[in-house]
Amino acid sequence: MTPNFAGLFHALLPEAALVLGALVALAIDLAFGRGRTDAERMQLSAVIGTFALFLAVYHTLAAGVSGPVFGGVLTIDPLAMATRLGVLVLAELTLVISSGSARPRNPAEYVAVLLFATTGFLVMAAAQQLLLAFLALELASLSLYVLAGFDKTRPECAEAALKYFLLGGMSAAFLLFGFSLLYGLTGSIELPIIARQLSAQPLTPLLVVALVMVMVAFGFKAAAAPFHLWAPDVYQGAPPTSAALIASASKLAGFTLFARLLWSGFGAAAGSIAQSYVLPGWLPVVAAVSLASLLIGNFGALAQTNVRRLLAYSAIAHAGAMLLGLMAARRAGMGPLFYYAATYGLATVGAFGVIATVAQTGPCERITDLAGLHRRSPLLALCLFVFVLSLAGIPPLAGFFGKFNVFAAALQINGLGGYIGWLTILAILLSAVGLYYYLIVLKQAIVAPPAKEAPPISVSPETAVALILTAALLIVLGLFPSVILRLFAVTP
Amino acid sequence: MNALPCTIYVSFAGAVLAWLAGLRSAAAARWVALITALTGFGLALHAGAGFTPRAGLQDLVNVPWIAEIGVRYHLAADGISLTLVVLTGLAATAGILFSWNIEQRVGEFFALYLALIGGVYGVFLSADAFVLFVFYEIAIVPKYFLIANWGSTNREYGAMKLVLYSFVGSALVLAGILWAYAAGGGQGFGLGELAAAATHFDHAQQVGMFALVFLGFGILAGLFPFHTWAPTGHVAAPTAASMLLAGVVMKLGAYGCLRVAMALFPAGLAFWQTTIATLAIIGIIYAGLVALVQEDFKFVIGYSSVSHMGFVLLGLAAANARAVGGAVLQMFSHGVVAGLLFAVVGRMVYDRTHTRRLADLRAMPLHRLLPFAALTFVLAGMASMGMPGFSGFPAELTILIGAWKASPLWTLFAAVGILVAAAFTLRVMQLSFFGTTDRSAPHSAPHSIHVLPPITWAERAGALLLIGATVYVGLKPDVLLDWITPALQSPVMQAVFGGAR
Amino acid sequence: MNAHLLSLLVFTPWIGAAILALLRGARPNVHRVVALLFSLSTLVLAAILWRGFDSTVTAPQFVEDHPWIASLNVHYHLGLDGMSLVLVLLTGIVSPAALLASWRQHHHSRLLGALFLLLQGAALGVFVALDFFHWFVFWELSLFPAFFLIKFWGGPGATRAAYQFVIYTIGGSAFMLLAFAAIFATTGTLDFSQLAPLAASGELGRKLAAVGGWWPHAVFLGVFLGLAVKVPLWPFHTWLPPAYAEAPTGASMFLTGVMSKMGVYGFLRILWPLFPADLHRAAPCLIWLAVAGVVLGAFAAMRQTDLKRMIAYSSVNHLSYCLLALFAVAAATAPGTRPESTVAALSGTIFQMFNHGISAAALFFCLGILEARADGARGLNDFGGLRAAAPIFAGLTGIAMFSSLGLPGLNGFVGEFLIFRGVFGLAPWAAAISCLGLLATAIFLLTFWQRVFHGPRLGAARGAFADVHGAEYVVLVPLVALMFLLGILPQLLAGIFNPLVTAWAVHLP
Repeated sequence: MTPNFAGLFHALLPEAALVLGALVALAIDLAFGRGRTDAERMQLSAVIGTFALFLAVYHTLAAGVSGPVFGGVLTIDPLAMATRLGVLVLAELTLVISSGSARPRNPAEYVAVLLFATTGFLVMAAAQQLLLAFLALELASLSLYVLAGFDKTRPECAEAALKYFLLGGMSAAFLLFGFSLLYGLTGSIELPIIARQLSAQPLTPLLVVALVMVMVAFGFKAAAAPFHLWAPDVYQGAPPTSAALIASASKLAGFTLFARLLWSGFGAAAGSIAQSYVLPGWLPVVAAVSLASLLIGNFGALAQTNVRRLLAYSAIAHAGAMLLGLMAARRAGMGPLFYYAATYGLATVGAFGVIATVAQTGPCERITDLAGLHRRSPLLALCLFVFVLSLAGIPPLAGFFGKFNVFAAALQINGLGGYIGWLTILAILLSAVGLYYYLIVLKQAIVAPPAKEAPPISVSPETAVALILTAALLIVLGLFPSVILRLFAVTP
Repeated sequence: MNALPCTIYVSFAGAVLAWLAGLRSAAAARWVALITALTGFGLALHAGAGFTPRAGLQDLVNVPWIAEIGVRYHLAADGISLTLVVLTGLAATAGILFSWNIEQRVGEFFALYLALIGGVYGVFLSADAFVLFVFYEIAIVPKYFLIANWGSTNREYGAMKLVLYSFVGSALVLAGILWAYAAGGGQGFGLGELAAAATHFDHAQQVGMFALVFLGFGILAGLFPFHTWAPTGHVAAPTAASMLLAGVVMKLGAYGCLRVAMALFPAGLAFWQTTIATLAIIGIIYAGLVALVQEDFKFVIGYSSVSHMGFVLLGLAAANARAVGGAVLQMFSHGVVAGLLFAVVGRMVYDRTHTRRLADLRAMPLHRLLPFAALTFVLAGMASMGMPGFSGFPAELTILIGAWKASPLWTLFAAVGILVAAAFTLRVMQLSFFGTTDRSAPHSAPHSIHVLPPITWAERAGALLLIGATVYVGLKPDVLLDWITPALQSPVMQAVFGGAR
Repeated sequence: MNAHLLSLLVFTPWIGAAILALLRGARPNVHRVVALLFSLSTLVLAAILWRGFDSTVTAPQFVEDHPWIASLNVHYHLGLDGMSLVLVLLTGIVSPAALLASWRQHHHSRLLGALFLLLQGAALGVFVALDFFHWFVFWELSLFPAFFLIKFWGGPGATRAAYQFVIYTIGGSAFMLLAFAAIFATTGTLDFSQLAPLAASGELGRKLAAVGGWWPHAVFLGVFLGLAVKVPLWPFHTWLPPAYAEAPTGASMFLTGVMSKMGVYGFLRILWPLFPADLHRAAPCLIWLAVAGVVLGAFAAMRQTDLKRMIAYSSVNHLSYCLLALFAVAAATAPGTRPESTVAALSGTIFQMFNHGISAAALFFCLGILEARADGARGLNDFGGLRAAAPIFAGLTGIAMFSSLGLPGLNGFVGEFLIFRGVFGLAPWAAAISCLGLLATAIFLLTFWQRVFHGPRLGAARGAFADVHGAEYVVLVPLVALMFLLGILPQLLAGIFNPLVTAWAVHLP
């Protein structure tokens, strides 16, 4: 294990670009921001942020799939590369929508924190070592806590941030505890070594405790039941664009990180639920979490009247489906899971983008606040139509193929021969429940007439471009999923 | 023949165009929609003219689509598909003619309408289960908005119920297809490949997969007791949507039952055959009896659709070439006739009188106020009763012949169903159009208080189109049977018929 | 021309209906004349057919046979034999008369004419079709014009009566359809002339028996039911009295004169040839149904106070004679055992069809006149002493009545006599009991005669009761003349179908 600092630097160029961008944005705002309006400052910062993100995309692509870096601390495999690109695209969309619609106070700081969070996501995508994984996760999480509470004028926002922070901190503690136990059991923080050690030892109670602790943290990050309690409040209270980032990029990076930890690190302790009996390990736990998420998410969403809380519950349900993809990843590779998470992220960013835009001209809390959107802004209505239907899984949108592919992968494990098959069937059936609450949203947006005093909504050009682009991406990726799946064709 | 896939593309392109045109003027959107539908219909007829009936599907397009999971963009047609594609073109054209009076959000209406049509064309032409499923779902969502936006009574409830039922159905189908795909080793979704793979499945698997897929599609075909979406949905829908729902969308379900469930899992069919036939018969008679006591004009027609689709399902359950051929013919026939009935009820009558209560209609001398509507309804009613000379007759006769081969008892119940159909059709005909002839000869009493807007050219054209179709097929069922029958000689279908009783 | 004579016969009325439909805006009289001309075409064409008809040939003549629906092996197959010709002639006579009876309808003369022509064409189609498919087309399509005729121009209870009429008939037809589906499923053809040899050789029975169980009988019952409702055979007759009573005069005339014959024709053309064995087995029971129709129909007529219902019940009675004869023949131990009785019974049946068509139509027409003059009153006790007020009317009505009664010298006698002669030879007990029907018929017709035409002038007869005039003569006189003519020269008609019936007596059609 020879440290190769040149390689490390090369691999971390995207992160470097982001950090640099954040610092530049802060500095320029400090230097020239005084006396200008928030909008101008936001635009300036957004331009810098965009530049940094593009630079990061460029470096990611330029670095290519280089494999393990710095003796295996990081690994730039197709999954890492895809996740990095996905995270960057989602962050960019969030940034553009923030600049066009949300206009937070202290815009430069907002952009900077957003870039820091993205940096964390990028490292999460590639981390191959427990310590680095934890650090990346914490960098991302801390930034997200800030973003969640960014709107200091609203008490709900502060409440959301505090809740997120407290629960997030607790899950971090769990994770750290789990990691230290693992280190104690295997004597290493490198995933390959852990994997080798675990395959040589039986499932001891201590190992179970360690795995459960990791799972708790994972559940928190993925907003999976029963660790989902923060999600509705945060989605509701946080500024919409922050919620968008929490729901999309953060989730994508989180799933990548944990999929890597669980499969390449603890794969030996997976256990099995592919048969009619259960082999203990972390898979049964994931299955239970998935089941709980699917049920709580779908049925919880039915009762919501607040559109953001509804999206939160839908996120929980989607987390359940993504966990199915995670479980199928050993056989089917990371393609289905990544595709699902990425396209889900796109649709969610879009949906929150619409909410952020609507919230500029009036409240956008209750579902009925969307009433008559087709009159107030046909463009927003059309975009929301695409996003929500993608979330619901209607072809030819990407959300459909995501679900389809995950379900197909899960069923391929052993048909209906084991619990996983039946769980998949349940997930398929619950998607019909999902359609109900999604249609409730669309009914307000497209069918219901607008309230009398509701003014038309003006959409800023950059938001319009971002939303149209997102919608177009959902259609194109839905029609040609191979664009993404091809990246994973070589992974074993 | 090779132009058939264009029906799909034309419809989707027309949807976008109609939406854009609707932003500027309603009339433009209408014409765009009509021209699109006519183009689709023309393409279908053109393909039919150049069609050489053969056993098995004839490829139209077959290119890799999603190589990672073995999905191919594979479109193909045989006589069955072709029949239904022609029906779709016909129903779409007529539906647009009967929606000529829509004034609100015209562009969006026709955009959704054409999107639905495009999906329907796609389903009928798919030879890959994935592609079929994609088009199937594309056809579901527009229904919600068509009904919820432009519908009438209880529209949001009706729309939601309909869409949820459809979607539950499609979820079951998805589960079944994925299961088969997984069990077949994940090679691909081609219907042919799946059918080949399915021969290696064990009996329990076939039975289970068949149940999922057939039930899923059967919900959309109005299979008792999962038919309850149909009456409420039909009633809530705007005229054109009711016409499409009953005329074409219910056929999607039946087509899926045949093309996917039956063709893929013959052993499953053999297991479930009696159950399906029993449910179909209950549906025929039960829905007919319910129709007999409805007080709402449109509900009668809604339930009649369920009853008639029962014949289709019975024909499928009988599982021999004769009965299935009759079922496909009945699909066509019911598509045309139900469209016509809904057009009369929804467009010609309701849009003018603003009531559908038979008690109210009864008080109006509708046969004199709207003689054309009355004549249309009488002809449609006769066709719906299965009177000879109309398309329903050869269809029902063929189904009866085939069903007899499977089980005489089913045939007996089906005959009872025909009687019930005659009873409720005649009843509603009397109450709606001829309610006030009891004591006075026509023209004897002054009823000038009722002045209704005259029937428009679009309505006349649509009605004549559909009447012409049902009479033509009624007198010359061979035009369709010559397409359908060879399609049922394919090895896949022979395997299906061989396994059944 | 000759090759398509039958098609021409069937479709000319329909073409007339189409022309009427297009004649929008013309004056009512134009409609009426056009309708009448097209209606008369049947008589003309029937005469041409009669001239070219070779009565010594028992096979169908003027045959048209073209492939039609390959997948169902359906041929457009028309043909005319003696029995068909008699009924075509009957249609040709009754239809224009019925149309003339409706001449006075003030409203919708165009629709009325078109419906009549549709009905006429459908009836003709039934009488000449030799393939079940289009036989059934005409059979079912005849219902709808009749339905609307009753509904639009009928009396107060017309809606219900028309509904009942159609539902009963369709109910029967549905089972007949089922039966033919079964037949096609086993034999692959729907052509009567192909099915009859199959049935005669027992092939059809064997093939149907392959289904097993009770089903072969169900097929027979299905066809039986469809026909029995149409005739109607007791106890399937309950639709008839209201339908005939509520229908307008012209429609009643057509219903009783022509449509009721379609059922009897079906028995002879379809049920008997296709199911000789089944009918043979069932006939001993069916005879009693026919006897019940004869006796109970007559007694029910006796109890009526509504004259139209009375004549309606008498129709049940008269049509039951036809079936009585047929069942008696079928029940006979073996075909051809008592040829004279058989020939007599079958000739009587065909005669009776024609006679009843003429005399019942005439009676309904007379009742129509009564009703029109008395502002809708048609009770037995609403009239009295009409003979004094309207002697010619009374005379013509009386002749029709006596024809119906079976008075020797009039046509009714010939048919009933032949039937009784045949049935006494084949099933004496049934014939004996049926005589009760004759008695009751005499009683109620004479009661009718006495109450309405004799005694003190009552009701409508008290005022000015116009005698027969104008168009009414045109209807009544030819009908009455025919009664005399056939009563005196029955061979005129018998010549047409004698060879056919003789052949049937030897081996079944």
